[in-house]
Amino acid sequence: MLILRCPYCGNDVDETDLAPGGEAHIRRHGPGSTDAELTDYLFQRENPRGVHFERWRHAAGCGKWFHAARATDTLQVFGTYSAQTTEPPQEIRDAITKARPGWSWREFS
Amino acid sequence: MRHYSAFAVAREALRHHTGWERAWRSPEPKRRYDVIIVGAGGHGLATAYYLGKNYGIQNVAVIEKGWLGGGNTGRNTTIIRSNYLQDPSAAIYEKSRSLYEHLSQDLNYNLMFSPRGVMMLAQTQNEVRGYKRTAHANALQGVTTEWISPQRVKELVPIINLDGPRYPVLGALWQARAGTARHDALAWGYARACSAMGMDIIQQCEVTGVRSDNGHVKGVETTRGPIDCDKLGIVVAGHSGVLAEMAGFRLPIESVALQALVSEPIKPCMDVVVMANTVHGYMSQSDKGEMVIGGGADGYNNYTQRGSFHHVEETVRALVETFPMISRLKMLRQWGGIVDMTGDRSPILSKTPLGGCFINCGWGTGGFKAIPGSGWGMAQLMATGHSPLTEAFTLDRFAEGRFIDESVAAGVAH
Ligand SMILES: Cc1cc2nc3c(=O)[nH]c(=O)nc-3n(C[C@H](O)[C@H](O)[C@H](O)COP(=O)(O)OP(=O)(O)OC[C@H]3O[C@@H](n4cnc5c(N)ncnc54)[C@H](O)[C@@H]3O)c2cc1C
Ligand SMILES: [Zn+2]
Repeated sequence: MLILRCPYCGNDVDETDLAPGGEAHIRRHGPGSTDAELTDYLFQRENPRGVHFERWRHAAGCGKWFHAARATDTLQVFGTYSAQTTEPPQEIRDAITKARPGWSWREFS
Repeated sequence: MRHYSAFAVAREALRHHTGWERAWRSPEPKRRYDVIIVGAGGHGLATAYYLGKNYGIQNVAVIEKGWLGGGNTGRNTTIIRSNYLQDPSAAIYEKSRSLYEHLSQDLNYNLMFSPRGVMMLAQTQNEVRGYKRTAHANALQGVTTEWISPQRVKELVPIINLDGPRYPVLGALWQARAGTARHDALAWGYARACSAMGMDIIQQCEVTGVRSDNGHVKGVETTRGPIDCDKLGIVVAGHSGVLAEMAGFRLPIESVALQALVSEPIKPCMDVVVMANTVHGYMSQSDKGEMVIGGGADGYNNYTQRGSFHHVEETVRALVETFPMISRLKMLRQWGGIVDMTGDRSPILSKTPLGGCFINCGWGTGGFKAIPGSGWGMAQLMATGHSPLTEAFTLDRFAEGRFIDESVAAGVAH
């Protein structure tokens, strides 16, 4: 069972109390953007075999959205962090680099 | 290739079975092929087969990182049906179902195709309306299905409990000519036929890169060295995103785990397939007597072929209400596969931004039934540049808003 620490209430939360929210750090595109940008925003998804960033919600707990960094090929969790950010914080990136030197995901590394 | 027949069985019985030959060759890769297919699952092998059979393109390699049929093709619950809502879906799934009817003869390989009938239970008013609508759509599409009453459901499935407190059975969508087939046999049958045409099936060989020149594909890098090709078909289900990245484009796909399980074998008790989409569960009985059960997919990206246990629990809990007798059964095995989910729950069979490179993916939780039809259409697309079976399933349908929305009609694994 996947267990993530909710960065808001600090609890280690079982997967059954969480709701998965898909890819993290997607930049919104609206009026004035190109077709390609809109398609990317609405439909195209990162789907790496390896390091991945996601949104989760502590649905059966404090109800807050947060971010998680996970490996999709081993289910290792690198850490969770607040939803009030547009990119993974440095300590999360460092934790990933420790386990997977040379990783990259979209523009982050 | 030696023909399989009753006579061959008798002949071999008389000589201690020393005359059987290997079903397919395991050749060393050549330097170059006209066409390379990545992925020896059902869809990849069927594509290769119809390229050879329908278009005479036989200088083909099918490259597989594990063993052939070891992906979702060997992990699914083998439901075959064509009662979809949208016209493009009905066309490709019905083509597939009708090919299944004669495929054992065509491939000279017993696929144990069993058109035993598939029943999709309606357990909410919403589903009643939805399935009646599908039955009408199917009538217009020339796909034979019918809406049946709870009494008829009970006649066909005596072990069912019609008046469960939470999920009463209000009727069902019934497709009498739908059913099941032996999944491994499908992969093996196509592989044997491809090998007999001189195609190379190269197992234990992982594609690690796609080589291109001026926007056109040149070949692939593999763990057994580079191999050149004129055309490339990517048919790798859960790994589509990984291959697309190698080829330099993105996909509207996420890979998640889907699980199934089987019970201990029991005497024959249910001779049709029953799907209960409201509760995310479905069940059929295998020829060995096991109850084969499938459920819903996990909600997060995963490549490990291990799903979350609570999904198994939810599926079984829900099915026990509709089939009280299974509460006494022991479950023997449970396993997972990595399925490639698109937003509209329909597949992608398409050219790609890379010239000469084609992709067949996005079958998600329901592509076993589609293997013959998908291979047929994909081969036509790769050989001629166009196929009426695949034309609606292009990659650019998302940008253009031409969704083939099956997510309501088939919101459950199948
Ligand atoms: C539990 C479960 C139940 C299901 N139940 C049903 C059902 O009842 N009815 C139905 O119609 N469908 C069902 N499905 C869906 C169905 O199994 C799939 O849609 C279908 O089998 C996909 O076939 P495929 O050939 O595209 O993929 P696969 O069979 O997965 O083949 C892809 C192959 O590509 C190979 N590959 C990947 N990466 C590389 C690489 N880099 N180099 C070389 N090779 C590579 C893999 O090893 C694999 O063998 C189910 C799926 C699951 C998991
Ligand atoms: Zn919380």
